[in-house]
Amino acid sequence: MNLANVVAAAMFSGVTLYALFAGADFGAGFWDLVAGGADRGAPARELIEESIGPVWEANHVWLIFVLVTLWTGFPSAFAPIMSTLYVPLTLAAVGIILRGSAFAFRKASRTSSQRRLFGVAFASSSVITPYFLGTVVGGVASARVPAGTRTGNVITSWCNPTSVLGGVMAVIVCAFLAAVYLAADAARRGRPELVDAFRQRAFGAGVAGTAVAVAGVIVLHADAPDLFHGLTHRGAPLIVVSAFSGASTLVLVARRRFQVARYLAALAVVAVLWGWATGQYPWMLEHELTIGAAAAPRATLVAGLVALGAGSVLLVPALTWLLVLVQRGDLVNE
Amino acid sequence: MTGVSGVVQPDLFYAREQMALSLGSHIIVACLGMAFPFIVVLAEWRGSRTGDPVYTMLARRWARAMGVLFAVGAVSGTILSFEFGILWPRWMGRFGAVMGLPFAIEGFAFFLEAIFIGIYLYGWDRLPARVHQRVGIAIGVAGLASAFFVVAANGWMNDPTGFHIVDGKVVDVKPWAALFNSALWPEATHMILAAFIVAGCLVATPHAWTLLRGRGSRYHETGLALALTVAMVAAPIQIVAGDWAARHVAQKQPTKLAAIEGVTHTETGAPLHIGGFYVDGEVKGAIRIPDLLSLLAYDNPHATVQGLDAVAAADRPPVNVVRTSFQLMVAIGFGFLGLGAWLALAWRRRRALPRSRWFLRAAVLAGPAAVLALECGWVVTEVGRQPWIVYHVMRTRDAVSDASGLRYGYFLLIAVYIVLASATFTVLRRLARVPLSESGT
Repeated sequence: MNLANVVAAAMFSGVTLYALFAGADFGAGFWDLVAGGADRGAPARELIEESIGPVWEANHVWLIFVLVTLWTGFPSAFAPIMSTLYVPLTLAAVGIILRGSAFAFRKASRTSSQRRLFGVAFASSSVITPYFLGTVVGGVASARVPAGTRTGNVITSWCNPTSVLGGVMAVIVCAFLAAVYLAADAARRGRPELVDAFRQRAFGAGVAGTAVAVAGVIVLHADAPDLFHGLTHRGAPLIVVSAFSGASTLVLVARRRFQVARYLAALAVVAVLWGWATGQYPWMLEHELTIGAAAAPRATLVAGLVALGAGSVLLVPALTWLLVLVQRGDLVNE
Repeated sequence: MTGVSGVVQPDLFYAREQMALSLGSHIIVACLGMAFPFIVVLAEWRGSRTGDPVYTMLARRWARAMGVLFAVGAVSGTILSFEFGILWPRWMGRFGAVMGLPFAIEGFAFFLEAIFIGIYLYGWDRLPARVHQRVGIAIGVAGLASAFFVVAANGWMNDPTGFHIVDGKVVDVKPWAALFNSALWPEATHMILAAFIVAGCLVATPHAWTLLRGRGSRYHETGLALALTVAMVAAPIQIVAGDWAARHVAQKQPTKLAAIEGVTHTETGAPLHIGGFYVDGEVKGAIRIPDLLSLLAYDNPHATVQGLDAVAAADRPPVNVVRTSFQLMVAIGFGFLGLGAWLALAWRRRRALPRSRWFLRAAVLAGPAAVLALECGWVVTEVGRQPWIVYHVMRTRDAVSDASGLRYGYFLLIAVYIVLASATFTVLRRLARVPLSESGT
């Protein structure tokens, strides 16, 4: 495996971790949005706030990791992706601003009207952001970003069937992950009524995800034949793993085995993402730019990997400590 | 106004304004993100050391504000990494491999900051005091590291090193050399000291305001004294660091220095002009001190100072913007020197804050003044580098995206930032108004 592939794999691991962790935070925002009126939704919202409060800032940083690795390691892919898809990226950025700040504002607010206002901003931007990030994935995966200095179509690159599929799927996947995680959290905190609520929501999201995935087969066949070919050939084993893990998650949720269900739900997401990556390999931009051609000079890749190694030495223990404290219930709201 | 591809980008102005708005907003919360944790931990440490509940209460209440500001800083910083690509893809595409490394390292520093702030804010009651305080210091240290690496990237734009251009191609890339460019050290020092001044003054301002309105208490006096002391210790050091940064500019970017001082023609024994305005190639209405500019910049009263006319008219930055910003920044810096001396004298004589209401008025103004000086300094370094995005290597107009409709993103972002700023202000004011009796200690 050459250096460029190693850096690409590291970057895509960042994409995966962002989807697993920040994705669940976005999904929690989705459930916050549909939790119902102020009184009825209060217990669910409280659980959501407690669950994501200590970790969302750290989870969010995986996105920064992906962006800086993309522009340092693959600058000639970063430039056309960002310029062609600047509209959904700007909208996702606005969603990120609103979500992060509104969540912190809500925590600091005391009056119910302010809490409601910031709550709505937090929850709706939790849907907007993954949707637009999903359209970006759709635009890249369906070969709508040309390489080089010319910018692709700034509208059709994200207003197309594959992008819509990507956006909708992203929202559903986030909601699915969040529902499973929150059901597990509610069980750990001894909140049976919330366990049931999120168990049902996990089913709902699972069924919706299955329906959209089936429809997606038709969409991709028509709109993104290369991606379709990749997913049904080289990526096929991983897609099968994903479908199997997703189905098993639902069985485990039905049997209230939430702790194990969390890992299978995560596996379903990991497998579909790497199925896409495997299907598209070796292209970074389909038919335009391979991973090797997009890569920075060797000195930069080496420096990036050195930074990654040194950074991980600090990051891994710190992150582990945070997650252990969260699991032990040592991080509580004042 | 043609880019490398010969395509005119009519929205270049809007792209630049959007970047200025985003950076100018982020720089304020970024300063708070790196220096505020130290101030909070200082109060927490004093509280646990002396058993004085006022310090502990200050630490707890400040920490809530810090949590809000950190969230705003996290998102406003994320937007910048989007904008580098959205607005300036040709710069990133061409030089990402050269100057991306400090950002990659900064990503880790920011990651640690985000982890530790989660532990700090939510672990107050469960972690042992010593561990908790160390986590607080870790937030600040990671914040300083973030600033160091981000400024490394900015330093590279001022002093681009670590590559060669052969036949129009970027070759021989040395990312570590690019990271450790010569502008890094003076710029990073100046930036980090600025963060302590901005954070200290901004934290002091609301306490001074409450005292001025006659609703004072020992809580507010202690808060004002602690936060302002941090800023006023940094202020005199900052004047030395600023001098260092200016000398570096004189060495590496003589055109920027010429704009800062309004020097049109190259001259020996150049005078320093204080105040005034640059009109028709001359500084008018200023106090003029002969030979001082040459002396300050090059340690020699007869040294030659390069004028703006050494480069073509199209390659000069807008003089009055740069010069006025510089003058304001320096004036505020020396104002802080005076304020610090006042504070130090009173403390030495009576172990208390100065009694004068003028002191409180000055302390109220210190926060906004520190932010103004911060923005002015940023304008000096960024506008002073124009028309270059990478000094003498790439012009800003050649770096901009050729996508259509960039201006609408800017308009949207203006609205978002107005909402964000007013919401931040409202929430912080609410936090400050929570009665002291409701704060757990």
